[in-house]
Amino acid sequence: MRKDKGKRRWVKSYLRKHFHILGCTVVLSFSLGYFWSMSNDTCQDTPSKIIEALRKIYSRPQILKPLRPDVLVMTPWFVPIVWEGTYNLEILNEQFQQRNITVGLTVFAIKKYVVFLKTFLETAEMYFMVGHKVNYYIFTDRPQEVPKVELKEGRNVVVLQVQNYSRWQEISMRRMEMINHFSQKQFINEVDYLVCVDVDMRFNDLVGVEILSNLFGTLHPGFYGSERRSFTYERRPASQAYVPHDEGDFYYAAAFFGGTVKEVYKLTKKCHEAIMVDKDNGIEAIWQEESHLNKYFVYHKPTKILSPEYLWDDSLGRPQILRKRRFLAVPKDHDAIKNK
Amino acid sequence: MAIRKVHVLGLVLAAGVIGFLGIPRFRQPMGQPAGQADLDETFSVLPRLSYPQPFVDKPQRTDVLVMSPWLAPIMWEGTFNRDILNAQYRQKSLVVGVATFAIKKYIRFIQGFIGSANKYFLSGHRVNFYLFTDHPEKVPAMELASEKHLFIIPVQNYSRWQDISMNRMDIISNYIRSRWRYEVDYLYSMDIDLQMFEHIGVEIVDTLVGTISSWQYTKPRDSNSYERRPESQAAIPSGEGDFYYAASFNGGSVSEVYKLTTACFKGVTEDRANGIEAKWHEESHLNKYLLYHKPTRLLSPEYYWDEELGQPPIVKVKRLSSVRKNLQEVRY
Repeated sequence: MRKDKGKRRWVKSYLRKHFHILGCTVVLSFSLGYFWSMSNDTCQDTPSKIIEALRKIYSRPQILKPLRPDVLVMTPWFVPIVWEGTYNLEILNEQFQQRNITVGLTVFAIKKYVVFLKTFLETAEMYFMVGHKVNYYIFTDRPQEVPKVELKEGRNVVVLQVQNYSRWQEISMRRMEMINHFSQKQFINEVDYLVCVDVDMRFNDLVGVEILSNLFGTLHPGFYGSERRSFTYERRPASQAYVPHDEGDFYYAAAFFGGTVKEVYKLTKKCHEAIMVDKDNGIEAIWQEESHLNKYFVYHKPTKILSPEYLWDDSLGRPQILRKRRFLAVPKDHDAIKNK
Repeated sequence: MAIRKVHVLGLVLAAGVIGFLGIPRFRQPMGQPAGQADLDETFSVLPRLSYPQPFVDKPQRTDVLVMSPWLAPIMWEGTFNRDILNAQYRQKSLVVGVATFAIKKYIRFIQGFIGSANKYFLSGHRVNFYLFTDHPEKVPAMELASEKHLFIIPVQNYSRWQDISMNRMDIISNYIRSRWRYEVDYLYSMDIDLQMFEHIGVEIVDTLVGTISSWQYTKPRDSNSYERRPESQAAIPSGEGDFYYAASFNGGSVSEVYKLTTACFKGVTEDRANGIEAKWHEESHLNKYLLYHKPTRLLSPEYYWDEELGQPPIVKVKRLSSVRKNLQEVRY
């Protein structure tokens, strides 16, 4: 007791004596806090090393010389359509490297589809987001069958064990739910952008930061020249994926889409919910989650569109407008692989 | 328990600590439109719209470059559908600000500029015009549409017209920081000696926007009027440069324009201290800035056309044009 009282008295007298100092400390603290926050607002000069990096001599864009007069390179609502020759990868790489981004690539290898992983990963190492940080998210029901592939620096493989389903259509549609679930739980903390692709594919040419945007979709290689009423949208009004004949800009492929984690989360959530509503109503959209994806893109337009260079099947031939084939379907025996 | 000195002192100390730690957090951050919301924000859906299908193998304009090599769209007549853009724009309730300066004799242009802007600039959308003038009493009374507002701000003049021009950057920078970041989402700086003859709509609204000069869009890089003397902060080395941008019309989000104007005025001040003045004043500094901070959207020369140039076939519409004047008479 005595000790306590003594302490208190000491504190009191100390404070009394040093009142001025304490007062000044308070004023100083307020001022520091204020000026600190002000300084955070002042313009941050571009560090000179970034200016150095940007100071590159590249061929100059010319107003009177469009780079690809043979194709539509921009939609009427200003969304770029990415074709070879329209972009300067050096400039774009510079812009993205300044932001130090990490890209997540999601792929589903369920049941026998694990057999595609080796080629997929090996070609991704050669062509996908070269020079940037990448996380490969492999969703599989057979984690022990994921091949060991040598990875470059800054790139990781993350295996996510998930359940399988008996019908391949179900497996395909459930991808929306799984991507949505992991976006919120994990991807939001690990990557800036998500790229969601099919696994039965191989990279054949560079696929880089030119594809990245808030929300992007890819033109389906079978329909880029078609009229909107020929698009294989879901046409039964009973389905949530229904799109009327006079609407829709393009037919997008579910085999390659992506964006920021937030936008992919929103897309996959909407699609999964719509799939579940259809299930309850005893209907399944004509092209499963691809129908729902297309419905989503009618009313939430992507901010970037990838040309069919980014998703091609050689059995479709080699049209003149296709100057590069970056991501190709791997030939497979549909019956053997899908239903086992 | 009586309130003792010691309690008061304890309170004061606590306030000091909170002040130091808390003020930065509570200060309003520089406004970025459509902020970083949670994952679960409400989904905004476009209404049903009716328009012709865009065809991948049928580009609308094959005579001009419609997209820069860093994938920034270039606005040309025929390349965009304003209905879709308006529908997208209306989903976010945005306010656009326009800063313009009418100093000394330039007061005579106010009526033409504001009158035509009222009719053609972001028609149907909210706009705040901030008119800086050294003669606020001489500003004519003008009737504006209900969603347009005019704010008249008195400002000092300078003897040299070049100084009036260059100091705009500083004024804009200060006003963003003190006021405009709370009032508008996007801010455009425009010369006053201009008039609009055709709609300029929401296609101009983007993060960082520059206008390609109508005088120089055909010139090769090394003939562009960039500042070349290395002593100036605005110097661009030979062999570099994308386009030549006009200072008469530029803008973007409030935070990007703040960075631009602050950087440019810093360059102007450093040049003054070193006794040098860039060839085209703040336009030279603007060009340097936009070379290393590439615009996210570019306006074609339709958006700032010089009257003296006639009308070549690639310019299908003249939306904004300079007013004919005697430069000697009006500047001095």
